[in-house]
Amino acid sequence: MVKWYRPGTLDEALEIRARETVIPIAGATDLYVRYRRRSGLAPEFSAPLLAVGHLTELQGYSDENGELRIGAGVPYADILSDGRTPVLLAAAVRELAAPALRNVATLGGNICNASPAADAACPLYALDARCELRSASRARTLPIAEFITGPGRTQIEPDELLTAIIIPPGPGRVTAAIDDDATTRVLYRKVGTRRANALSKLAIAAWASLSGGGVESVGVAIGAVAPTVVRSREVEADFVGSLESLREKTDAILAAYGRLVAPIDDQRSTAEYRREVALNLVKQFIEQSLLA
Amino acid sequence: MVRDDLGLTGTKEGCGEGECGACSVLLGGRLVNSCIVPVGSVEGLTVDTIEAVRETPTGQSLVQRFAEEGAVQCGFCIPGMIMAGYALIREKGGQTDAEIREGISGNLCRCTGYDRIVAATRAAFRDEDRRRG
Repeated sequence: MVKWYRPGTLDEALEIRARETVIPIAGATDLYVRYRRRSGLAPEFSAPLLAVGHLTELQGYSDENGELRIGAGVPYADILSDGRTPVLLAAAVRELAAPALRNVATLGGNICNASPAADAACPLYALDARCELRSASRARTLPIAEFITGPGRTQIEPDELLTAIIIPPGPGRVTAAIDDDATTRVLYRKVGTRRANALSKLAIAAWASLSGGGVESVGVAIGAVAPTVVRSREVEADFVGSLESLREKTDAILAAYGRLVAPIDDQRSTAEYRREVALNLVKQFIEQSLLA
Repeated sequence: MVRDDLGLTGTKEGCGEGECGACSVLLGGRLVNSCIVPVGSVEGLTVDTIEAVRETPTGQSLVQRFAEEGAVQCGFCIPGMIMAGYALIREKGGQTDAEIREGISGNLCRCTGYDRIVAATRAAFRDEDRRRG
């Protein structure tokens, strides 16, 4: 038997969280696979489950003072169908799972699992998203890059729940595919074995804001090539300037990303493949999205 | 639960991890992989299995079109394919092949190569358009 709490409100959930070790669960699409046993047997968990996906407090999707606030329990299908969703995030959601999984899996679950290959995390790094955490006694928000500390590890305290993901205003937050005149260029590419449902070998989410014949600002996030998503303000500073200088600095930028990625061999891919393809995708972004 | 406790054996368990779609049902009207839906999260929601869907006009037209097109070989994936097609037809009006392929992208078929499944689903869409006038 799986012991299962189904609180009626966020406050009740946080009370349970404060007094007992529980595993928060929303869409269950990862946890029920990770802890599955033979067909016909219930999965086995090390602690009782705390269902949170149904809580209305985790369901909202709002645009307040220019900040998008997506409830941690909002299923991907609803994120995809909302016109306010940034195109980088929508592209990742479209490729991360087929409709049946998108109908139940949540953004909050993907982030809290903190897989280096979490597909939704990659665009959220590129868009400077923040994670909103609540416990019975306090509330705080952390940049996603600080929230996720390693494979499967986050800053979440045992009494906290992730309640929302906040995407601040910024040039990368465009909501539509870009035409040639647009000043923002975006690229999302996932490399996987199957279009639907496959976990990523690697992924890239990148945007750049162009003005006056040069690059004004840029955000580049590369997933599944290191213990956490790779993003470097230092290297991004090298993109800024005229297109001519970007052309000259391309090799140095690729070399810098080459030093930052630290991929591994696993059942989905090899370190060598991941490194090579990750750098090729950065190169593609520079040459085809920016210089072309 | 669906197969052994409720005896509704039209729904199949294939991979048991949400990859293959053979276990597709509608939960609260939305397509889900029942093999990884904890029974606790079903509270308060309607579950429609293939046994209910095949009695509806849309379901009957899907069943008939799958037969006519020769979209079925071993048959194991077909209840899930019909559920996915049904969800697509219910959610939207007209469909392109690309949208149909995305709609069934979570359903694996190892026999047919999908083309006839897509053709049958497309034909069922046209039936639906006619029904709705």
